[in-house]
Amino acid sequence: MKMHNVKHHLTDQLLMAYSAGSLPEAFNLIVAAHVSMCDECRAQLASFDSVGGALLDGTDSEPVSQDCFAETMRLISSGALRPEKRSPARGDAASILPAPVREYVGGDVDKVKWKPIGMGVKQAILPTSKDATARLLYIPAGAAVPDHGHRGMELTLVLQGAFVDETDRFARGDIEIADEDLTHTPVADIGEDCICLAATDAPLRFNKLIPRIAQPFFRI
Amino acid sequence: MKTKYDPTDWITHITRIREDKDQAAFAELFQYFAPRVKAFLMRSGADATLAEECTQEVMATLWQKAHLFDASRASVATWVFTIARNRKIDALRKQRRPEPEDLDWGPEDEPDQEDILSLQQESEQLGRAIAALPEKQRELIEKAYFGDLSHSEIAEQTGLPLGTIKSRIRLALDRLRHAMK
Ligand SMILES: [Zn+2]
Repeated sequence: MKMHNVKHHLTDQLLMAYSAGSLPEAFNLIVAAHVSMCDECRAQLASFDSVGGALLDGTDSEPVSQDCFAETMRLISSGALRPEKRSPARGDAASILPAPVREYVGGDVDKVKWKPIGMGVKQAILPTSKDATARLLYIPAGAAVPDHGHRGMELTLVLQGAFVDETDRFARGDIEIADEDLTHTPVADIGEDCICLAATDAPLRFNKLIPRIAQPFFRI
Repeated sequence: MKTKYDPTDWITHITRIREDKDQAAFAELFQYFAPRVKAFLMRSGADATLAEECTQEVMATLWQKAHLFDASRASVATWVFTIARNRKIDALRKQRRPEPEDLDWGPEDEPDQEDILSLQQESEQLGRAIAALPEKQRELIEKAYFGDLSHSEIAEQTGLPLGTIKSRIRLALDRLRHAMK
């Protein structure tokens, strides 16, 4: 899934936390999805992994028990070790969802189980751990996602089409990083329906009455 | 007789494991990395028993996946780190870890010797640059990697303001980038 012209990237903070393994699953998913689409962040991530390697190399060691090696050899010969999964293979050029997202959906966009959340906007929540939420959003061309603020951090990665909000324009591969200070109204470009992956670590806070009441029901 | 561990030498160890199932090479690799992996897991919150169990799994994974190691893409220490980190997420956080999709590396699978050499040199350079960081900065980077803590959790634990933590980490990364130029 080669990308061109990605303008909005991940921050050092997010890449480092992904490398360290301290992000919630929903955030790991969106970082993995952006890196799948962005060679620049992929290279940055490799650097952060090498920081981890250098730290491991330089760390004080903790003595292991005497039979630790023998136990490891036993584990190897028993064949009981679960094979660690390999990186997901890339899809064909026509796939819209990057491979890590396809793994959560069970296929490409045609397999997404959308639920309408009003004004033509649809969403599908992906099964991640509960400390943060990942969902796919479908915004018809020209439509707006209701004006909302966030209690925590919200990341939005564009997978198809583009959206514009108070800050900038975001096209395929771009990621918007919004914190509590930003209240925004993303509007999908006219050209094409917009599909995004969004991750939040706290429920969104809608500024209009109806969506706020709806929030607990739709888990947004 | 080998007495000094030279980081480029670990590549030879992995090759011996991959090609000859060489247990002596594995034992040396184990002796060096297993106590470090155990320390990493304990600092991430595992008790000694769990850390030891996970260390065995991490080291067994190294043996099993030796054929997947690519010395032009990562140092052996970095490869061990990523396996240990994934094990940590699985065992301690009980979460899946989504990985980016694989790049197409093309038909020429044999990594270029020059790439391998420059990557190993950069890894050593990075190790020295991290060791040379001011202590306050290095401590925070270590906490971020080894403490399994977000920046706000580090703030809670250290009592430092979040802004101070963020700027110290940023300064540390600037220094590392400068050192790697
Ligand atoms: Zn990027």
